[in-house]
Amino acid sequence: MNKWEDNKAWFLVIPVFLVVAVSAIIPLMTVVNYSIQDIFGPGQRVFVGMEWYKEALTDERLHDALSRQLLFSTLVLLIEIPLGILIALMMPKKGWGASLSLVLVALPLLIPWNVIGTIWIIFMRPDIGLLGAAVNGLGIPFDHTASPFAAWVTVMLMEVWHWTPLVVLLAYAGLQAIPEAYFQAARIDGASVWSTFRYIQLPKMRGVLTIAVLLRFMDSFLIYAEPFVLTGGGPGNSTTFLSIYLVKLAVGQFDLGPAAAFSIIYFLIVLLFCWLFYQALLKVGTGDKS
Amino acid sequence: MKFQKRTIGLIIYFILLLLPIYWMLNMSLRTNADILSAFSFYPADPTLDNYIKIFTDESWYSGYLNSFYYVSMNVVIALVTALPAAYAFSRYKFLGDKHLFFWLLTNRMAPPAVFLLPFFQLYSTFGLIDTHFAVALSHCLFNVPLAVWVLEGFMSGIPREIDEMAYIDGYSFPRFFLTIFTPLIRTGIGVTAFFCFMFSWVELLLARTLTTTEAKPIAAIMTRTVSASGLDWGLLAAAGILTIVPGALVIYFVRNHLAKGFALGRV
Repeated sequence: MNKWEDNKAWFLVIPVFLVVAVSAIIPLMTVVNYSIQDIFGPGQRVFVGMEWYKEALTDERLHDALSRQLLFSTLVLLIEIPLGILIALMMPKKGWGASLSLVLVALPLLIPWNVIGTIWIIFMRPDIGLLGAAVNGLGIPFDHTASPFAAWVTVMLMEVWHWTPLVVLLAYAGLQAIPEAYFQAARIDGASVWSTFRYIQLPKMRGVLTIAVLLRFMDSFLIYAEPFVLTGGGPGNSTTFLSIYLVKLAVGQFDLGPAAAFSIIYFLIVLLFCWLFYQALLKVGTGDKS
Repeated sequence: MKFQKRTIGLIIYFILLLLPIYWMLNMSLRTNADILSAFSFYPADPTLDNYIKIFTDESWYSGYLNSFYYVSMNVVIALVTALPAAYAFSRYKFLGDKHLFFWLLTNRMAPPAVFLLPFFQLYSTFGLIDTHFAVALSHCLFNVPLAVWVLEGFMSGIPREIDEMAYIDGYSFPRFFLTIFTPLIRTGIGVTAFFCFMFSWVELLLARTLTTTEAKPIAAIMTRTVSASGLDWGLLAAAGILTIVPGALVIYFVRNHLAKGFALGRV
C-alpha cells in the first residue's frame, strides 16, 4: 500500500515515544551510567571506565551461565521445533475440532510464569507429584532439588510443555495458509504423505518457522521466572541461566557496577538476535505479498 | 485410517498437556494434611477450603485485586498511546519511521532483568515504588510496542479510501478517528487488549521487584508462600488454578488471532 508522506505523523507517535522513553531510554541510560562507575553509596561514586566490562567478560560464573544458556536454548530448539510441527500437522483443519485444539494448545501460554513453575514443582515432587512419584516408583531416584541432571530434565520438560504450543500455533497458521489446490495436485500426482510434507508443507512453512526458531531462541535466552520458581538456579549453580545470574548479582549482592556492565552486554547480544529477527520478518512480509 | 492415527496422537498430546494442570486442580481440592498423607489420583474427599481461604483472607485476595488493577491500568495506557501511533505507522511515511519501529521492537525483546535495577532506582526517586502505577508503567516497556504492532496490522487491513472519503466529507482527524475508524478496528482493539492483559498478567519479575506490600501482585504473594508458611500445597495449588481462570475464560474469543498475537507478543 502506498503511504502518504507526511512528517506531521510524528505528532501521533509522540505519546508512544514518551511512554517508551520513560520506560526504556532513561533506565537504559542509568544502566550505562552505573556500568562505568563504582558506587559505594549515595553521592559516593568513582569513575572506573571499562573496568566492570573487563570484569564481566572474564567472570568465570558468567561464562558458565552463558554456556549453560546456549546449551539450554539449543536443546529447546532441537526438541520444540520438530515436535511443534508434528502436532500442528495432526491438528484438524476446520470445524469444532480445530477450535477446541487451538484453545487447548494455547492454554499453557496463558498461565503466569511463576505458576508454571509451581505446577511443575507439584507435578515432579517425589512424594506428592504424579510424575515424580511415578519415576521414583519405577526405581529410578529422581529429585530435581538434589541432582543437577534431574533438575535439567525437569526444567527441559517444563520448557517443552510450556512453549511447544507457541511453535504449534505458528506452524498451524502457516499450514492453514497453504491453498487447497496444492494438496489436490499432490493427490493427483500420487504423492506420499512424506513427500507432500517435504515438498509442499515444509517449504510453505518456511516463513513462520523462521519466526518460531528466532522467537524460541530469544525467549529461552531470557528465561527467568519458571526455573527460578522451580529450582532457584540450583542445585548448586546447575540451572543458573543468564537472567537468574544477573538478578542474583544485581539484587542479591547489590553489585551495581558489574551487574550494569553485564546488563549492557546481555542487551547487546539480544539486540543482535532482534536485528536478525527483524530482517527475517521483513523478508517473510514481502514474500507473502508478492 | 490415517485420520485415526493422527487423532490418537493428538489426544495423547492433549492428555500430556492437561495432566500437570489436572494434578494442580487435584491438589487444590484437598487439604494439606490429606495431600501429604495419601497419594491419590483424584480428590477422594474434595473440599473447597483452600478456595474459601483465598476468597476470605485479605492478604490473598488483595493480590488478585492488585494484579487486576495494574494490569487494567497498563492495558488502558497501552491502548490510548498505541492507537494514534499505529495509525501513523500504517498510513504515513515519515522521517525515521522504520528506525522508530525497529527501536520499539527491541524494547519488546529486551530482557526485563536488564531494566530491573534502573526501574527500581528511577521509581524510588519519584516515590512510585509499591504503587500500581509503577508496575503498569514498567509493563508498558513490552506492551506498548506490542500494541502498536498488532494494531498496525489490523489498521493496514482497512482500505485507505475510507480515510480519504471521510476527509473529503469534511471530517476532522479526531472526529474521523473516534467515530469512524475506531469502530472499524474494534476487533483489533479487542485482540490487542487481550494480549496486553495477558502479557502483563503473566509477568512476575518486574511486578515483584517494584512492589513491597500495597500493590503486591498475586504472583509474588504465591512465591512468598512457597518459602514462608511451611508449604501449604493445597493453598498454593488453589491460588495457581485461580490465576489460570481469566486467561482460560477469554481465550475462546481470540482463538483465530492467537498465532499472530503470540508471534508478536512472545508470551
